[in-house]
Amino acid sequence: MIRAFGWNEVLFIVMALRWTLALSAIAFVGGGIGGLAVALARTSSITWLRLITTGFIRLFQGTPLLMQLFLVYFGMSILGLGIDPWTAAAAALSLHAAAFLAEIWRGCIEAIPPGQTEAATALGLPWGTRMRYVILPQATKIAVAPTVGFLVQLVKGTSLAAIIGFTELTRSGQIINNATFQPFLVFSLVAGLYFVICWPLSFLATRLERRLARATAR
Amino acid sequence: MYHFNFAPVLASWPDLLAGIETTLVLSASAMAIGLAVSIVLAAAKTSGFWALRFVVDAYVELIRNTPFLVQIFFIYFGLPSLGLRLTPTSAALLALVVNFSAYATEIIRAGIESIHHGQIEAGRALGLSGVQVFLYIVLKPALRNVYPAMTSQFIYLMLTSSVVSAISAGDLAAAGNDIQSRTFASFEVYIVVTLIYLVMSSAFSAIFSAIERAVFNYPVSR
Repeated sequence: MIRAFGWNEVLFIVMALRWTLALSAIAFVGGGIGGLAVALARTSSITWLRLITTGFIRLFQGTPLLMQLFLVYFGMSILGLGIDPWTAAAAALSLHAAAFLAEIWRGCIEAIPPGQTEAATALGLPWGTRMRYVILPQATKIAVAPTVGFLVQLVKGTSLAAIIGFTELTRSGQIINNATFQPFLVFSLVAGLYFVICWPLSFLATRLERRLARATAR
Repeated sequence: MYHFNFAPVLASWPDLLAGIETTLVLSASAMAIGLAVSIVLAAAKTSGFWALRFVVDAYVELIRNTPFLVQIFFIYFGLPSLGLRLTPTSAALLALVVNFSAYATEIIRAGIESIHHGQIEAGRALGLSGVQVFLYIVLKPALRNVYPAMTSQFIYLMLTSSVVSAISAGDLAAAGNDIQSRTFASFEVYIVVTLIYLVMSSAFSAIFSAIERAVFNYPVSR
């Protein structure tokens, strides 16, 4: 029997939004921590650290997110961790975000004039103190706009978790579509919900970018 | 200890090869059509008519702020209810064109706006028509300015095209899915497929910078 597309179905899809948001939040926090570590290693003076992190970034920026999800999903069962879409999606998206955020933040760290590092070194500040109090606070200011921009990409990326069977927004749309056969309505609603999340973020990223451009204009 | 078994995957090399071909053809055609579409859209956006600008803006924002997977589902499952029935391959191509055009429009728009206004005035003063000014004075240097951004967008398009495997469009990722369901060597299949994508994106990146050095190797004034 074909189910009608009513308020219950709409509610089911709207409620699935929380899993999209939860997955995005986890991937952003995980990717943020990993990304900072990778960005610091990528800009360090230790050659092998730079090589490894460059390889990590190349690997994740040069392959499709969908394949990264599959590899983590099937790789976890090989490591004896069992197959769980939640963990696999969170892990894969965190790694993906770490690589992209690391590359964005590397650029921000390298944009700080070398005179700052030299002055801090001349004052006798060790690497940790120098990063914590001199370089990173200045780099953060430049990093905010592109980071918010990447967040949009990450929220959209969580939709691919639907393919490995994690029930977030897109998957809930598929489920309702299979029951109601109203693909036009269902996927318009799903797209609309993503738009409601992503558009304000894009708007914010553009505004932050403009404000920074004005602040640094000479 | 897990024993890797790549033999059944490598034995399916004709399928992988067909998948690579489909992925390359899909990406290249989507880029060719998408570039033409986005030049028109960028011209419309910078034309000064507010209605045109609004329509193009709405399209660009709508596509850039929704996931590609949902766009594919909408086109493949949703459009038939409006009477437009598509094969998986044509739905995949349409989705890729629609998606790529939105990003490319913004890139080309930025390129067009990077052209100094004095150039356009000089063109007009020389008696060129509006179309001639757009084609020879604005568009050509604009495309050159956006070449690096456009090539990385193409590589991104090729990687994104793996998502069309969700509607079994016969691309490389879909070939991987088929081999996986036949051989159950899931991890091995996706290692091989991922490496092929990595090789393709690295190769394109190398080819594009070689082209840049060869073609755009003349001095430019800013």
